[in-house]
Order: sequence, then structure tokens, then C-alpha cells
Amino acid sequence: MSNKTDSNVYTVLFAIGMVIVVGALLAFVASSLRPKIDENKRIEKQQNILYAMGVNENDESSAIFVADDVVGEQFQKYITKQLVITEGTKVVEDDQAYLIDVKKEQSNAKEGLERRLPLFVGEKDGKTYYVAPIRGKGLWDAVWAYIAMDADMVVQGAYFDHKGETAGLGANIKERFFMDDFIGEHLKDDSGNFVGIAISKSNGDPLNKDKTDNEVDAIAGATITGDGVAAMIKSELKLYVPYFNTLKN
Amino acid sequence: MGLLSKKDQKLILDPLADNNPITIQVLGICSALAITAQLKASIVMTVSVIFVLGLGNVVISLIRNIIPSKIRIIVQLTVVAALVIIVDQVLKAFSYQLSKELGAFIGLIITNCIIMGRFEAFALGNGPWKSFLDGVGNALGYGIILIIVGFFRELLGSGTLLGFKVLGDPIAKTGLYATGYENNGFMLLAPMALIVVGIIIWVQRSRNKALIEDH
Repeated sequence: MSNKTDSNVYTVLFAIGMVIVVGALLAFVASSLRPKIDENKRIEKQQNILYAMGVNENDESSAIFVADDVVGEQFQKYITKQLVITEGTKVVEDDQAYLIDVKKEQSNAKEGLERRLPLFVGEKDGKTYYVAPIRGKGLWDAVWAYIAMDADMVVQGAYFDHKGETAGLGANIKERFFMDDFIGEHLKDDSGNFVGIAISKSNGDPLNKDKTDNEVDAIAGATITGDGVAAMIKSELKLYVPYFNTLKN
Repeated sequence: MGLLSKKDQKLILDPLADNNPITIQVLGICSALAITAQLKASIVMTVSVIFVLGLGNVVISLIRNIIPSKIRIIVQLTVVAALVIIVDQVLKAFSYQLSKELGAFIGLIITNCIIMGRFEAFALGNGPWKSFLDGVGNALGYGIILIIVGFFRELLGSGTLLGFKVLGDPIAKTGLYATGYENNGFMLLAPMALIVVGIIIWVQRSRNKALIEDH
């Protein structure tokens, strides 16, 4: 190295120049791809909501969504109402409710602000589905889900996803074998109290035939992710209970 | 490889076996542990690392004469981080499903010591073309080990390959499971990656005694 590149002035100037060049490059890439990424996120969200209520192209083994190019119209067709619930039972319709950011609402609630709960009401084959988006913590990062329920809070479908759970272990929450176990599972116990769904390691019911026991089979090697999923279901869906109670009355 | 001179061929081929970054240089072990529970993740990590290391080596080589030596590590880190962010953003825009499946792994590339190792050991002292070949060669050498480890871990741990059930259905007890075979869940945990890498090192050195170091 020559003396020139060793001087302090040169080093500082180089560092400043590098930050400007790299920063500008990344800003340019991010801002030019932003609209495309946002569109992808919207499509994904609508696909997930439709998946949870059973509008999908599933075969036996994998989770397959409605195709990207038709998801917009399918969403219009199947989702009849988008609700925003506040204060437990106060309900307003809002056709942009699917844009509500659950993560942001959770932090709002922590700061003492009012939390808005989005709920999507869908109709399929004469049956009504209530799909709630929920969010919680797994082992490494966020986990989230779309849970479709009927008016009695019996799960009709579920879609789980995660940000960074371990491949082959916790990441399996988004596999069919795990998600399908939730279908038919009761969120309330026999006397009508909300209890959630436990992810159980020893339920002696690996085929998950008993749907009123409020538990599904755990994934081996994914204890903390499973606990996170159970905690998320319990704490988040509980917020919807007052609204579901009004449905029954 | 008529296009490449003997020396250039060596840059690509050496890291595949006799100077493999994982089994000989013992670099990149952490990411090899983290992502090899599934074959697909191993393959995608390989492709991403080929891109980042190939291009990163070229960039570092191009600016090698103007980098102040005091902050060269920070400069290298910035180059890797910028490339990884670009890969991540482009995947998110044009291949969203893939980017979601790989989100965590793409970020992990930054922690891969092979990349900083090659920048420091090769790109800082060689021209762009040679650096590119060295980057691609090392990323391929890393990828080969990743794919071998991923193959065995997914096959023995989950009974699947790339998600397809190749040994039968473990719950309905079909295929190999009908004979009493059970998946080895231990294969899915990180320690087994180390043991598989260890076995590869053992096999490689027993076949090529020149690799055994004297002490």
C-alpha cells in the first residue's frame, strides 16, 4: 500500500465516499423495487386469507394457493365483509381492513393506544367463515397465522407462516400435516370458555382424531416454535371472543 | 474448459476437493450447520453464495488499490452486506415465494467466513478475472459439501428429498417404514451436520493421504 492510502484524511474521505455510493445504490434499488414488493405482499395476504377458508388448489401433500393473477377477483368473490373490531364488540366495516398491520396494532396496544382487530367474513358453499390474522413469537423471530373459524369458534382452516424458524424443524409449522391438524379443533372447552389450542408433545392422539381436546400433535424438535404458536393462538384469538359471543346472541 | 488456462482451471477446481473451503480450510462451518436440514435450502444457499462471492470478489479486486488498509475489513463487510441486500430485494420483487422460503438464509450469507476469507486472501491481491474464478470455485466447493450434508440429513431425518417422500409415509407406515424403519430425528439437529462433515473429512483424507497434515 502506498502512503497515500494510509493517511487519516484519505481514510475518512474514502469511508464517507463509500457510505454515499453504497447508500445511494441501495436506496435506488429499494425504491425502484418497492411497488413490486408491496404488490407481492398484498397478493400473499389475500392468498393466505383465502387459503385459511379453504379456497385453494391443494393436493394431498402441499399447501398451494390461488394463482397470483386471479387472487384479486377471488378475494372479492369469497370475502363478503371486512370488519374492524375495537373495544371488544364495536364493529365497523372497512373494505381496506386487510391492509391493517397486525404488528403495528400490537405495539399500539402496548403503548396504551386502541387496538384495531381485523376480521374477514367469507362465504363458501353456503357456510360462513370468520378469518382472523394473528401474530406472535416463535424461536428465532415472528410467527403469524390466519385462522378461519365458524361462529362457535371451531377452527375451519389455518395457515401458519414464520420469518426465520429452523428449516426442517420449526419451519414445519407451514407444512400441510401440521396446519391440517387444526381443522375441526375447538377453541372453547365444553362449557364455552375460551381455552385456545395447545401444541402437545404427548397427547396420545397422533392422528388427531379427538377434536374437542383442544390440542394438536407437536412437531419433534420444534418445542419452542410450537409453544409460541400455542401462546399466539391463546392470547390473540382471545381478543375476538367478545365479538363471537355477540354472534351467538 | 478450452477458455481457461491451466492456472485458471486450478482456481476453479482446487476448492472443489483438495483445497475445499469447508473440509480443508475449515471455513463456513456455521452456515453449514444452520441450513443443511433440507436439501433445497442447501441448493439455494449454494446459488446465492456463488453470486455473492463471485461478484464480491470482482468488486473488491477492482477497488483493491484504493482501499485504505486501516478500514479494509469494514469495506469488505460493506460490499458483502450491500450485495446480500440487493439479492434479497431482487428476490422479493421477482420471486416472492422463493425469497420467503430463503429469507433467513440470504441474511446468513453475511456471516459466512468464506466470503471475507476469500476477499482478504485472494481478491485484495489479484485481478478481477482471477478473483471471479476463485470466488466461483470456492462457492462451488462450499456448495458441494452443503449439498452432500443436506442430502443425508433430509433423507435420514425426514425420509424426504426436496420435499418428496422417498422412503414412504411415516404415519401411514408405507414403504421402508413398513419394515420398522423410523426417521432419525437427530439428523435434523445441528450436531449431526458436524458429524456428517466429519465423516466427509475422514473419507476425503483416507482417499488422499497427501491431505493429512504432519505434526
